[in-house]
Amino acid sequence: MKIMKSVLRRRTFLSGAFAVGLAAAAPFGTASAQEPIKVGLVAALSGQSAKSGEAITRGLSIAIDEINAAGGINGRKIELISRDDESNPGKGLLAARELVQREKVAAMFGGLDTPVSLAIVPFANQSKVPFVGVWAAGTNITRNGAADNYVFRVSAVDAYVGEALVDYAIKHGAKKPGMILINNPWGESNEHALHDALKKHNMTAAGVEKFQDADVDVVPQLTRLKQAGADTLFLVANVAPSSQVVKSLERMGWNVPIVSHWGPAGGRFTELAGPRSADVHFIQTFLFSDKQSAKANDVLAKLKAKYPAIKTLADVTPAVGIANAYDAMHLVGLALKKAGSTDGKAVRDALLAIDKYDGLIKTYEKPFTAQNHDALGPKDYVFAHFVKGEILPLTQ
Amino acid sequence: MLFTSAVITGLGLGAMYGLIALGFHITYTVSNTVNFAQGSAMMVGSVLGFTLMVTYGLPFWVAAPIALAGCAVFGLIVERVLVRPFVERNSDAWLMATVAGGIIVDNIVLFTFGKEPRSLPSPLATNSIEFLGTGVYPLQLIIPVVGLCVAVALQIIFRRTHLGKALLAVVQNRDAARLMGINAKVVVASAFAISTALAGLAGLLIAPLFSVYSDMGTLFGLKAFAVAILGGITSASGVMIAGLLYGVVEALVTAYLGSSYTQIVVFTVIILALALRPNGLLGRAAVNKV
Repeated sequence: MKIMKSVLRRRTFLSGAFAVGLAAAAPFGTASAQEPIKVGLVAALSGQSAKSGEAITRGLSIAIDEINAAGGINGRKIELISRDDESNPGKGLLAARELVQREKVAAMFGGLDTPVSLAIVPFANQSKVPFVGVWAAGTNITRNGAADNYVFRVSAVDAYVGEALVDYAIKHGAKKPGMILINNPWGESNEHALHDALKKHNMTAAGVEKFQDADVDVVPQLTRLKQAGADTLFLVANVAPSSQVVKSLERMGWNVPIVSHWGPAGGRFTELAGPRSADVHFIQTFLFSDKQSAKANDVLAKLKAKYPAIKTLADVTPAVGIANAYDAMHLVGLALKKAGSTDGKAVRDALLAIDKYDGLIKTYEKPFTAQNHDALGPKDYVFAHFVKGEILPLTQ
Repeated sequence: MLFTSAVITGLGLGAMYGLIALGFHITYTVSNTVNFAQGSAMMVGSVLGFTLMVTYGLPFWVAAPIALAGCAVFGLIVERVLVRPFVERNSDAWLMATVAGGIIVDNIVLFTFGKEPRSLPSPLATNSIEFLGTGVYPLQLIIPVVGLCVAVALQIIFRRTHLGKALLAVVQNRDAARLMGINAKVVVASAFAISTALAGLAGLLIAPLFSVYSDMGTLFGLKAFAVAILGGITSASGVMIAGLLYGVVEALVTAYLGSSYTQIVVFTVIILALALRPNGLLGRAAVNKV
């Protein structure tokens, strides 16, 4: 299996090298001021989570179009270079290396998978290239303990999501919540966050159960939680495994409230999870149907114009990927302009010095500080659920 | 309740592993080769089922035979392109070739079928029924029955029918069988077709309980191979029993020890079982003739 993939890898590598050769040969004689500034994306563009990569690409592209239409960064256009990590940490790290060392990107954006982002973090810090997460929520991606931290994020953070999920559950009457978590670093990051958040309310979890991506039946785990007396479930998993949990609950006839991280938003949850899908209340950072601002309408119109496949709001799910990426690209654009160079340290310092940006998700005031590399906080979350394939806000 | 629900879960999953593992058993018995793309064959069954039933709206009784035939054709191609050329040159490279074939098929499906997991609805997996104090879909009860029936049918086919006897004759002595007018090539090819059709059947059965996507078969294929070895790859009933046992142990470990321990405990049990019975539960020792 590995051998086959590495052969494919080598081939893409060679064709990439060929393309770079052509690109290097072509612009002789043109002024270097006109050379585009490259920014990179390492995200899942194939496999189960491919839709997330598509959403991120769309958000970044709309923002890049806007920046370039307004004259670019001090006269230089921005160019996006994307690499597929196939949700595989090793491939993600390889792609990040290639983007930094070969393509010389000024900044990189990350994708949906926390394990992939965690693999890239040490490399980004070491090579001093800003790495901006727009989806993966693992707490220690930005809080990575590096003395010289080049990792930023415009997305949810598990530590805050844990607090938000616990607050929401308590508000809806939870006394003894249980956890059903995917068995990977993302699930673990949330286990810590949820335990910490429960402790703040002097509560403990009824139980913690893990399950695998390919588990067909989660009834045994859920039965354990039921016998432990869980009255609410915290769910953390991507869309396909999340729907296995919902189907298993339906089968058991256990009508327990489900408060979820944003995994279900990543695909056709209504179709996969069946009639009970609307009962899953999950967190989002942005919904086009929630904020009818002029900016939201403008971005939606641009999306429809650029991508004819987008016809209704159901086609821009999950909106978080688009919105986080859009705001992140504009923040990086502001930093590049301010830095006046593509030097990693200058761009990082410029990101920390941004005062205000009127974005799609909110108006960012001092989004990044030396202590806080996360532009979004617990107050920026909204709860939502799926109704007939569309994500609609829930009134809290 | 914990016990019964775990056992029902385990029997359903175990039958899936068993069906795919039977495919390993059949080709190994006939040709001493296995198709490591069995997991992909299962996925092909699910994807064809989804395409015919959901996209084209065909009823199950029309769609299922077409999907199984499609899987059988996949098996024929695997044998002709990925196995036979290597076996004829006394090479073991069919091992890598079938693994690679599976990856290629997974990726072709990724690009044609799409990247998003889809759901194949079934009236047998919509409303749960009460069974021994726990809720189950009727389909979960049907799967183990189908699995056992297939294993028994295979046993009978091998022992009683002309095709079965031809298969066994080829196993015993390829050249003698050929002299008796048995076309060994056709026999081996049909063994591959039957094996992928069985995996496809598993795919059709599991799809309504799971979601349909391009690499859904990978883990099933791996577990099924473990099951085939555990059962003693030369015995159909041994393989099916091993599948059911594997499924039940997996579900019971999850239910009583917690899901963090499932893989560790289950695979430790397999290693121990093989240490005690190196030829599998019902397998016979291979005789190395010198």
